[in-house]
Amino acid sequence: MRYDSMKQLIKLAGREKSKVGEIVLAVEAEQEGESPDTIRGQMVISWEVMKQSLEKGVTDDIQSVSGLSGGDGKLFFSRIPKYIGQDISMTVARALGVAEVNAAMGRIVACPTAGSCGIVPAAMTLAQAKLNVKEENIITALFTAAGIGIICSTKASISGAEGGCQAECGVAAAMAAGALTELAGGSPTMIGHSVALCLSNMLGLVCDPVAGLVEVPCVLRNAGGLMQAILAAELALSGIKSRIPVDEVIDAMREVGEALPESLRETALGGLANTPTGNRYRKRVG
Amino acid sequence: MGKADSVFEVIGPIMIGPSSSHTAAAVRIGQISRAILGEPVNKAIIQLHGSYALTGKGHGTDKAVIAGLMGFDAADERIRSSIEIAKDEGMVIDFQKVDLGDDYHPNTIRLLIEGASKSHFEITAISVGGGNIGVIEINGLPLRLSGEYHTLISIHSDRPGIVAKATSIMAKNKVNISTMYVSRQRRGGLAAMAVEMDQPLPPEAVSELANEAQIVRLIPPIY
Repeated sequence: MRYDSMKQLIKLAGREKSKVGEIVLAVEAEQEGESPDTIRGQMVISWEVMKQSLEKGVTDDIQSVSGLSGGDGKLFFSRIPKYIGQDISMTVARALGVAEVNAAMGRIVACPTAGSCGIVPAAMTLAQAKLNVKEENIITALFTAAGIGIICSTKASISGAEGGCQAECGVAAAMAAGALTELAGGSPTMIGHSVALCLSNMLGLVCDPVAGLVEVPCVLRNAGGLMQAILAAELALSGIKSRIPVDEVIDAMREVGEALPESLRETALGGLANTPTGNRYRKRVG
Repeated sequence: MGKADSVFEVIGPIMIGPSSSHTAAAVRIGQISRAILGEPVNKAIIQLHGSYALTGKGHGTDKAVIAGLMGFDAADERIRSSIEIAKDEGMVIDFQKVDLGDDYHPNTIRLLIEGASKSHFEITAISVGGGNIGVIEINGLPLRLSGEYHTLISIHSDRPGIVAKATSIMAKNKVNISTMYVSRQRRGGLAAMAVEMDQPLPPEAVSELANEAQIVRLIPPIY
Protein backbone atom coordinates (compact mmCIF):
# COMPACT_ATOMS: atom_id res chain seq x y z
CA MET A 1 0.00 0.00 0.00
CA ARG A 2 1.05 3.59 -0.58
CA TYR A 3 -0.53 7.01 -0.94
CA ASP A 4 0.69 10.29 -2.41
CA SER A 5 -2.56 12.24 -2.27
CA MET A 6 -5.60 12.67 -0.03
CA LYS A 7 -7.70 11.04 -2.75
CA GLN A 8 -5.58 7.89 -2.61
CA LEU A 9 -5.55 7.84 1.19
CA ILE A 10 -9.35 8.25 1.39
CA LYS A 11 -9.82 5.56 -1.26
CA LEU A 12 -7.58 3.12 0.63
CA ALA A 13 -9.52 3.73 3.86
CA GLY A 14 -12.79 3.06 1.99
CA ARG A 15 -11.46 -0.07 0.33
CA GLU A 16 -10.03 -1.53 3.54
CA LYS A 17 -13.07 -0.36 5.54
CA SER A 18 -10.74 1.10 8.14
CA LYS A 19 -9.95 4.47 9.65
CA VAL A 20 -7.58 6.79 7.78
CA GLY A 21 -5.20 6.59 10.76
CA GLU A 22 -5.05 2.81 10.53
CA ILE A 23 -4.05 3.02 6.85
CA VAL A 24 -1.32 5.54 7.68
CA LEU A 25 -0.07 3.25 10.47
CA ALA A 26 -0.09 0.18 8.20
CA VAL A 27 1.84 1.99 5.46
CA GLU A 28 4.41 3.26 7.97
CA ALA A 29 4.89 -0.22 9.46
CA GLU A 30 5.32 -1.75 6.01
CA GLN A 31 7.79 0.94 4.93
CA GLU A 32 9.90 0.73 8.10
CA GLY A 33 9.79 -3.08 8.26
CA GLU A 34 8.47 -2.88 11.83
CA SER A 35 5.35 -4.32 13.44
CA PRO A 36 2.30 -2.00 13.69
CA ASP A 37 2.53 -2.36 17.48
CA THR A 38 6.09 -1.01 17.51
CA ILE A 39 5.08 1.99 15.38
CA ARG A 40 2.01 2.59 17.56
CA GLY A 41 4.28 2.42 20.62
CA GLN A 42 6.46 5.17 19.18
CA MET A 43 3.38 7.36 18.74
CA VAL A 44 2.36 6.65 22.35
CA ILE A 45 5.75 8.08 23.40
CA SER A 46 5.13 11.21 21.29
CA TRP A 47 1.65 11.60 22.82
CA GLU A 48 3.14 11.31 26.34
CA VAL A 49 5.57 14.15 25.55
CA MET A 50 2.68 16.17 24.08
CA LYS A 51 0.67 15.66 27.29
CA GLN A 52 3.57 16.89 29.41
CA SER A 53 3.90 20.03 27.29
CA LEU A 54 0.10 20.57 27.40
CA GLU A 55 0.18 20.46 31.20
CA LYS A 56 3.27 22.64 31.53
CA GLY A 57 1.93 25.26 29.14
CA VAL A 58 -1.02 26.19 31.34
CA THR A 59 0.49 25.68 34.80
CA ASP A 60 4.13 26.85 34.76
CA ASP A 61 5.24 30.46 34.72
CA ILE A 62 6.79 30.48 31.28
CA GLN A 63 9.12 33.11 29.89
CA SER A 64 11.19 32.82 26.73
CA VAL A 65 14.91 33.66 26.55
CA SER A 66 14.15 36.88 24.65
CA GLY A 67 11.24 37.84 26.90
CA LEU A 68 8.96 38.23 23.86
CA SER A 69 6.60 35.42 24.85
CA GLY A 70 5.25 33.51 27.84
CA GLY A 71 2.37 33.58 30.28
CA ASP A 72 -0.55 33.87 27.85
CA GLY A 73 -1.50 30.19 28.00
CA LYS A 74 -1.70 30.24 31.79
CA LEU A 75 -3.60 33.53 31.80
CA PHE A 76 -6.18 32.35 29.27
CA PHE A 77 -6.63 28.92 30.87
CA SER A 78 -8.21 30.20 34.09
CA ARG A 79 -10.44 32.78 32.44
CA ILE A 80 -14.23 32.55 31.97
CA PRO A 81 -14.79 33.27 28.25
CA LYS A 82 -17.38 35.77 27.07
CA TYR A 83 -18.24 34.40 23.65
CA ILE A 84 -16.88 30.87 23.25
CA GLY A 85 -17.50 27.84 25.45
CA GLN A 86 -15.25 26.94 28.36
CA ASP A 87 -13.92 23.79 26.66
CA ILE A 88 -12.81 25.62 23.52
CA SER A 89 -11.39 28.44 25.61
CA MET A 90 -9.27 26.01 27.62
CA THR A 91 -8.16 24.27 24.41
CA VAL A 92 -7.03 27.59 22.96
CA ALA A 93 -5.08 28.20 26.18
CA ARG A 94 -3.38 24.82 25.71
CA ALA A 95 -2.38 25.65 22.13
CA LEU A 96 -0.87 28.93 23.34
CA GLY A 97 0.79 27.14 26.26
CA VAL A 98 2.49 24.42 24.21
CA ALA A 99 3.79 27.03 21.76
CA GLU A 100 5.12 29.01 24.74
CA VAL A 101 6.81 25.93 26.19
CA ASN A 102 8.56 25.60 22.82
CA ALA A 103 9.62 29.25 22.77
CA ALA A 104 11.01 28.90 26.31
CA MET A 105 13.24 25.92 25.42
CA GLY A 106 10.93 23.29 26.89
CA ARG A 107 10.41 19.82 25.47
CA ILE A 108 7.80 19.49 22.70
CA VAL A 109 6.93 17.31 19.72
CA ALA A 110 7.32 19.15 16.42
CA CYS A 111 3.91 18.85 14.71
CA PRO A 112 4.65 19.29 11.88
CA THR A 113 7.21 21.90 13.00
CA ALA A 114 8.36 23.30 16.33
CA GLY A 115 6.72 26.65 15.58
CA SER A 116 3.31 25.02 15.03
CA CYS A 117 3.61 22.41 17.79
CA GLY A 118 0.58 23.51 19.85
CA ILE A 119 -2.29 22.97 17.43
CA VAL A 120 -2.60 19.18 17.11
CA PRO A 121 -2.01 18.32 20.81
CA ALA A 122 -4.49 20.98 21.95
CA ALA A 123 -7.11 19.69 19.51
CA MET A 124 -6.74 16.20 20.99
CA THR A 125 -7.63 17.55 24.45
CA LEU A 126 -10.83 19.06 23.03
CA ALA A 127 -11.89 15.64 21.72
CA GLN A 128 -11.17 14.19 25.15
CA ALA A 129 -13.16 16.90 26.93
CA LYS A 130 -16.17 16.91 24.60
CA LEU A 131 -16.41 13.30 23.40
CA ASN A 132 -14.56 11.42 26.14
CA VAL A 133 -12.58 9.53 23.48
CA LYS A 134 -10.27 6.68 24.44
CA GLU A 135 -6.48 7.07 24.44
CA GLU A 136 -6.12 4.44 21.72
CA ASN A 137 -8.40 6.47 19.44
CA ILE A 138 -6.28 9.55 20.11
CA ILE A 139 -3.22 7.58 18.96
CA THR A 140 -5.02 6.47 15.78
CA ALA A 141 -6.12 10.07 15.16
CA LEU A 142 -2.49 11.21 15.47
CA PHE A 143 -1.68 8.83 12.60
CA THR A 144 -4.53 10.40 10.63
CA ALA A 145 -2.97 13.80 11.32
CA ALA A 146 0.45 12.50 10.32
CA GLY A 147 -0.87 11.13 7.00
CA ILE A 148 -2.30 14.57 6.19
CA GLY A 149 1.04 16.17 7.11
CA ILE A 150 3.00 13.75 4.93
CA ILE A 151 0.76 14.46 1.93
CA CYS A 152 1.12 18.23 2.44
CA SER A 153 4.92 17.86 2.64
CA THR A 154 4.85 15.79 -0.57
CA LYS A 155 2.54 17.98 -2.64
CA ALA A 156 3.46 21.34 -1.09
CA SER A 157 5.69 22.11 1.89
CA ILE A 158 5.74 22.13 5.68
CA SER A 159 8.49 24.73 5.96
CA GLY A 160 7.84 28.41 6.65
CA ALA A 161 10.99 29.30 4.72
CA GLU A 162 9.52 27.62 1.64
CA GLY A 163 5.78 28.16 1.95
CA GLY A 164 5.09 30.73 4.67
CA CYS A 165 3.05 30.14 7.84
CA GLN A 166 0.27 28.43 5.83
CA ALA A 167 2.78 25.58 5.44
CA GLU A 168 3.41 25.35 9.20
CA CYS A 169 0.36 26.48 11.23
CA GLY A 170 -1.85 25.96 8.16
CA VAL A 171 -0.79 22.34 7.75
CA ALA A 172 -0.89 21.78 11.54
CA ALA A 173 -4.49 23.05 11.52
CA ALA A 174 -5.38 20.79 8.59
CA MET A 175 -3.85 17.83 10.44
CA ALA A 176 -5.88 18.71 13.55
CA ALA A 177 -9.07 19.20 11.51
CA GLY A 178 -8.75 15.72 10.02
CA ALA A 179 -8.04 14.17 13.42
CA LEU A 180 -11.02 15.96 15.06
CA THR A 181 -13.30 14.86 12.21
CA GLU A 182 -12.23 11.24 12.61
CA LEU A 183 -12.58 11.33 16.42
CA ALA A 184 -16.17 12.59 16.08
CA GLY A 185 -17.03 9.69 13.79
CA GLY A 186 -16.64 11.50 10.46
CA SER A 187 -16.06 9.42 7.32
CA PRO A 188 -12.76 9.43 5.37
CA THR A 189 -14.48 11.66 2.77
CA MET A 190 -15.46 14.12 5.52
CA ILE A 191 -11.85 14.11 6.71
CA GLY A 192 -10.82 15.14 3.20
CA HIS A 193 -13.33 18.00 3.25
CA SER A 194 -12.18 19.13 6.69
CA VAL A 195 -8.60 19.37 5.41
CA ALA A 196 -9.71 21.26 2.30
CA LEU A 197 -11.93 23.68 4.24
CA CYS A 198 -9.26 24.32 6.85
CA LEU A 199 -6.46 24.99 4.37
CA SER A 200 -8.77 27.19 2.29
CA ASN A 201 -9.19 29.43 5.32
CA MET A 202 -5.45 29.61 5.98
CA LEU A 203 -4.22 30.04 2.42
CA GLY A 204 -1.75 32.88 2.05
CA LEU A 205 -0.73 33.18 5.69
CA VAL A 206 2.78 34.62 5.72
CA CYS A 207 5.76 33.75 7.93
CA ASP A 208 6.96 37.01 9.47
CA PRO A 209 8.59 36.21 12.82
CA VAL A 210 9.54 39.29 14.84
CA ALA A 211 13.34 39.38 15.38
CA GLY A 212 13.49 36.06 13.51
CA LEU A 213 12.33 34.21 16.63
CA VAL A 214 9.66 31.51 16.92
CA GLU A 215 7.51 33.67 19.23
CA VAL A 216 5.62 36.63 17.77
CA PRO A 217 3.29 35.92 16.02
CA CYS A 218 3.93 32.14 16.08
CA VAL A 219 2.44 31.54 19.55
CA LEU A 220 -0.71 33.46 18.59
CA ARG A 221 -1.02 31.63 15.28
CA ASN A 222 -1.17 28.33 17.13
CA ALA A 223 -4.37 29.62 18.75
CA GLY A 224 -5.68 30.88 15.39
CA GLY A 225 -4.83 27.62 13.64
CA LEU A 226 -6.59 25.63 16.33
CA MET A 227 -9.80 27.65 15.90
CA GLN A 228 -9.68 27.12 12.13
CA ALA A 229 -9.24 23.39 12.72
CA ILE A 230 -12.27 23.21 15.03
CA LEU A 231 -14.36 25.22 12.57
CA ALA A 232 -13.33 23.06 9.60
CA ALA A 233 -14.08 19.83 11.49
CA GLU A 234 -17.55 21.09 12.48
CA LEU A 235 -18.29 22.24 8.91
CA ALA A 236 -17.21 18.90 7.44
CA LEU A 237 -19.12 16.91 10.07
CA SER A 238 -22.29 18.87 9.22
CA GLY A 239 -22.00 17.63 5.65
CA ILE A 240 -20.67 20.83 4.14
CA LYS A 241 -18.31 20.06 1.28
CA SER A 242 -15.32 21.96 -0.01
CA ARG A 243 -16.18 23.06 -3.54
CA ILE A 244 -12.51 22.64 -4.50
CA PRO A 245 -11.19 19.05 -4.09
CA VAL A 246 -8.73 18.68 -1.21
CA ASP A 247 -5.70 17.77 -3.35
CA GLU A 248 -6.29 20.85 -5.52
CA VAL A 249 -6.40 23.00 -2.37
CA ILE A 250 -3.03 21.55 -1.29
CA ASP A 251 -1.66 22.26 -4.79
CA ALA A 252 -2.95 25.83 -4.46
CA MET A 253 -1.13 26.14 -1.15
CA ARG A 254 2.12 25.23 -2.90
CA GLU A 255 1.45 27.75 -5.67
CA VAL A 256 0.66 30.49 -3.14
CA GLY A 257 3.76 29.60 -1.11
CA GLU A 258 5.99 29.86 -4.18
CA ALA A 259 4.44 33.21 -5.04
CA LEU A 260 5.18 34.68 -1.60
CA PRO A 261 8.08 37.13 -1.65
CA GLU A 262 11.17 36.05 0.27
CA SER A 263 10.50 38.81 2.82
CA LEU A 264 7.43 36.86 3.96
CA ARG A 265 9.06 33.45 4.18
CA GLU A 266 10.79 33.29 7.58
CA THR A 267 13.46 35.86 6.76
CA ALA A 268 12.03 38.34 9.29
CA LEU A 269 12.28 41.10 6.67
CA GLY A 270 8.57 41.74 6.14
CA GLY A 271 5.13 41.74 7.72
CA LEU A 272 4.99 42.08 11.50
CA ALA A 273 8.78 41.66 11.71
CA ASN A 274 9.25 44.81 9.65
CA THR A 275 6.90 47.08 11.61
CA PRO A 276 8.53 49.89 13.63
CA THR A 277 7.85 47.96 16.84
CA GLY A 278 8.98 44.68 15.29
CA ASN A 279 12.25 46.34 14.33
CA ARG A 280 12.67 47.78 17.84
CA TYR A 281 12.26 44.28 19.29
CA ARG A 282 14.88 43.00 16.86
CA LYS A 283 17.39 45.60 18.08
CA ARG A 284 16.57 44.85 21.70
CA VAL A 285 17.00 41.07 21.53
CA GLY A 286 19.76 40.93 18.87
CA MET B 1 12.82 20.60 4.14
CA GLY B 2 11.39 18.36 1.47
CA LYS B 3 8.97 15.45 1.50
CA ALA B 4 8.55 13.70 4.83
CA ASP B 5 9.35 10.01 4.51
CA SER B 6 7.91 8.98 7.83
CA VAL B 7 5.06 9.68 10.22
CA PHE B 8 7.64 10.72 12.79
CA GLU B 9 9.01 13.46 10.55
CA VAL B 10 5.65 15.26 10.72
CA ILE B 11 4.83 14.27 14.32
CA GLY B 12 8.34 14.64 15.64
CA PRO B 13 11.11 14.98 16.45
CA ILE B 14 10.67 15.14 20.19
CA MET B 15 12.89 18.12 20.88
CA ILE B 16 13.69 21.09 23.04
CA GLY B 17 12.37 24.25 21.37
CA PRO B 18 12.16 26.72 19.90
CA SER B 19 13.52 25.90 16.46
CA SER B 20 14.38 22.66 14.71
CA SER B 21 17.03 24.39 12.60
CA HIS B 22 18.47 26.72 15.26
CA THR B 23 18.09 24.57 18.38
CA ALA B 24 17.71 20.84 17.61
CA ALA B 25 20.19 20.97 14.71
CA ALA B 26 22.67 22.96 16.83
CA VAL B 27 22.55 20.27 19.53
CA ARG B 28 23.26 17.64 16.91
CA ILE B 29 26.18 19.64 15.52
CA GLY B 30 27.62 19.71 19.04
CA GLN B 31 26.96 15.99 19.54
CA ILE B 32 28.66 14.93 16.32
CA SER B 33 31.62 17.23 17.01
CA ARG B 34 32.13 15.58 20.39
CA ALA B 35 31.92 12.17 18.71
CA ILE B 36 34.55 13.20 16.15
CA LEU B 37 36.82 14.52 18.90
CA GLY B 38 36.33 11.17 20.61
CA GLU B 39 36.69 12.43 24.18
CA PRO B 40 35.17 15.04 26.53
CA VAL B 41 35.56 18.63 25.34
CA ASN B 42 37.76 20.85 27.52
CA LYS B 43 37.81 23.95 25.38
CA ALA B 44 35.49 25.18 22.64
CA ILE B 45 35.53 28.18 20.35
CA ILE B 46 32.16 28.35 18.63
CA GLN B 47 31.90 30.49 15.51
CA LEU B 48 28.37 31.35 14.40
CA HIS B 49 27.81 32.38 10.79
CA GLY B 50 24.82 33.87 8.94
CA SER B 51 21.40 33.34 10.48
CA TYR B 52 23.01 31.59 13.46
CA ALA B 53 24.95 34.78 14.20
CA LEU B 54 21.87 36.99 13.71
CA THR B 55 19.19 35.10 15.65
CA GLY B 56 21.16 32.42 17.45
CA LYS B 57 20.89 33.92 20.91
CA GLY B 58 17.08 34.12 20.96
CA HIS B 59 16.84 30.58 19.63
CA GLY B 60 19.21 29.27 22.30
CA THR B 61 21.70 28.13 19.65
CA ASP B 62 24.55 28.85 22.09
CA LYS B 63 23.06 26.62 24.79
CA ALA B 64 22.18 23.99 22.19
CA VAL B 65 25.73 23.66 20.81
CA ILE B 66 27.23 23.40 24.29
CA ALA B 67 24.61 20.79 25.26
CA GLY B 68 25.63 18.73 22.25
CA LEU B 69 29.32 19.10 23.16
CA MET B 70 28.40 17.80 26.63
CA GLY B 71 26.78 14.76 24.99
CA PHE B 72 23.14 15.75 25.67
CA ASP B 73 20.65 14.95 22.91
CA ALA B 74 18.09 17.28 21.28
CA ALA B 75 15.29 16.26 23.69
CA ASP B 76 17.31 16.79 26.89
CA GLU B 77 15.83 19.41 29.24
CA ARG B 78 19.31 20.24 30.55
CA ILE B 79 19.89 22.15 27.29
CA ARG B 80 18.48 25.29 28.89
CA SER B 81 21.20 25.31 31.56
CA SER B 82 23.95 23.61 29.53
CA ILE B 83 26.37 26.54 29.63
CA GLU B 84 26.36 26.64 33.44
CA ILE B 85 26.72 22.84 33.59
CA ALA B 86 29.63 22.91 31.13
CA LYS B 87 31.40 25.72 33.00
CA ASP B 88 30.95 23.86 36.29
CA GLU B 89 32.70 20.93 34.69
CA GLY B 90 35.54 23.17 33.60
CA MET B 91 34.81 23.66 29.90
CA VAL B 92 36.31 26.88 28.55
CA ILE B 93 33.83 28.44 26.12
CA ASP B 94 34.17 31.31 23.65
CA PHE B 95 31.40 32.34 21.23
CA GLN B 96 32.25 34.40 18.17
CA LYS B 97 30.02 35.88 15.47
CA VAL B 98 31.83 35.44 12.16
CA ASP B 99 31.31 36.00 8.45
CA LEU B 100 32.65 32.96 6.60
CA GLY B 101 31.61 34.47 3.27
CA ASP B 102 28.77 33.89 0.80
CA ASP B 103 30.02 30.42 -0.13
CA TYR B 104 28.80 29.12 3.21
CA HIS B 105 25.20 28.07 4.00
CA PRO B 106 23.29 30.69 6.05
CA ASN B 107 23.09 28.26 8.98
CA THR B 108 26.75 27.36 9.50
CA ILE B 109 28.66 26.73 12.72
CA ARG B 110 32.42 26.23 12.92
CA LEU B 111 33.78 24.65 16.09
CA LEU B 112 37.36 24.66 17.29
CA ILE B 113 37.44 22.10 20.05
CA GLU B 114 40.11 20.64 22.29
CA GLY B 115 39.86 17.43 24.28
CA ALA B 116 41.26 16.27 27.60
CA SER B 117 44.32 14.79 25.86
CA LYS B 118 44.96 18.11 24.03
CA SER B 119 43.75 16.60 20.75
CA HIS B 120 41.96 19.23 18.71
CA PHE B 121 39.65 19.53 15.74
CA GLU B 122 38.15 22.22 13.55
CA ILE B 123 34.69 21.11 12.44
CA THR B 124 32.31 23.01 10.16
CA ALA B 125 28.69 21.95 10.00
CA ILE B 126 25.39 23.22 8.64
CA SER B 127 21.71 22.91 9.49
CA VAL B 128 19.75 21.77 6.45
CA GLY B 129 16.19 22.02 7.83
CA GLY B 130 13.88 20.00 10.03
CA GLY B 131 16.65 19.49 12.58
CA ASN B 132 18.84 17.66 10.09
CA ILE B 133 22.53 18.53 9.84
CA GLY B 134 25.58 18.00 7.70
CA VAL B 135 29.26 18.13 8.61
CA ILE B 136 30.94 19.79 5.64
CA GLU B 137 34.59 20.17 6.76
CA ILE B 138 36.92 18.54 9.25
CA ASN B 139 40.25 20.31 9.81
CA GLY B 140 39.66 22.25 6.60
CA LEU B 141 39.14 19.12 4.49
CA PRO B 142 35.75 18.93 2.70
CA LEU B 143 33.57 16.01 3.85
CA ARG B 144 29.91 15.09 3.87
CA LEU B 145 28.23 13.29 6.74
CA SER B 146 24.76 13.60 8.21
CA GLY B 147 25.01 11.89 11.61
CA GLU B 148 22.01 9.72 10.68
CA TYR B 149 24.17 6.64 10.01
CA HIS B 150 27.01 4.66 11.46
CA THR B 151 29.94 6.54 10.01
CA LEU B 152 33.61 5.81 9.43
CA ILE B 153 35.81 8.88 9.24
CA SER B 154 39.46 8.71 8.23
CA ILE B 155 42.05 11.44 7.79
CA HIS B 156 45.20 10.10 6.18
CA SER B 157 48.00 10.83 3.72
CA ASP B 158 46.80 10.65 0.14
CA ARG B 159 48.07 7.42 -1.42
CA PRO B 160 46.61 4.47 -3.32
CA GLY B 161 44.82 1.71 -1.45
CA ILE B 162 43.23 3.42 1.57
CA VAL B 163 39.73 3.58 0.10
CA ALA B 164 40.04 -0.01 -1.16
CA LYS B 165 41.13 -1.10 2.31
CA ALA B 166 38.12 0.58 3.93
CA THR B 167 35.63 -0.89 1.47
CA SER B 168 37.13 -4.39 1.79
CA ILE B 169 36.78 -4.15 5.59
CA MET B 170 33.12 -3.32 5.08
CA ALA B 171 32.59 -6.17 2.61
CA LYS B 172 34.28 -8.61 5.02
CA ASN B 173 31.95 -7.48 7.84
CA LYS B 174 28.85 -7.54 5.60
CA VAL B 175 28.34 -3.83 6.09
CA ASN B 176 26.44 -1.97 3.39
CA ILE B 177 27.65 1.49 2.31
CA SER B 178 25.01 4.20 2.12
CA THR B 179 27.14 7.19 1.07
CA MET B 180 30.84 7.81 0.64
CA TYR B 181 32.82 11.01 0.32
CA VAL B 182 36.54 11.45 -0.27
CA SER B 183 38.64 14.58 -0.74
CA ARG B 184 42.22 15.76 -0.43
CA GLN B 185 44.22 18.96 -0.06
CA ARG B 186 46.46 18.08 -3.03
CA ARG B 187 48.04 14.99 -4.52
CA GLY B 188 50.05 13.28 -1.77
CA GLY B 189 48.78 15.71 0.87
CA LEU B 190 46.21 15.10 3.58
CA ALA B 191 43.08 13.30 2.49
CA ALA B 192 39.73 12.68 4.18
CA MET B 193 37.10 9.99 3.81
CA ALA B 194 33.63 9.65 5.32
CA VAL B 195 31.62 6.50 4.78
CA GLU B 196 28.03 6.27 6.00
CA MET B 197 26.98 2.67 6.62
CA ASP B 198 23.70 0.83 7.17
CA GLN B 199 25.27 -1.38 9.86
CA PRO B 200 27.89 -0.73 12.55
CA LEU B 201 31.51 -1.87 12.14
CA PRO B 202 33.19 -3.44 15.18
CA PRO B 203 36.08 -1.22 16.40
CA GLU B 204 38.65 -4.02 15.95
CA ALA B 205 37.74 -4.18 12.25
CA VAL B 206 39.38 -0.80 11.63
CA SER B 207 42.52 -1.30 13.76
CA GLU B 208 44.64 -1.96 10.67
CA LEU B 209 43.29 1.16 8.99
CA ALA B 210 43.97 3.11 12.19
CA ASN B 211 47.66 2.15 11.96
CA GLU B 212 47.96 3.75 8.54
CA ALA B 213 45.89 6.88 9.07
CA GLN B 214 46.33 9.93 11.27
CA ILE B 215 42.77 9.75 12.53
CA VAL B 216 40.14 7.04 12.33
CA ARG B 217 36.74 7.35 14.01
CA LEU B 218 33.69 5.13 14.13
CA ILE B 219 30.64 7.20 15.02
CA PRO B 220 27.20 5.80 15.85
CA PRO B 221 24.10 7.58 14.52
CA ILE B 222 23.24 10.59 16.67
CA TYR B 223 19.56 10.64 15.63
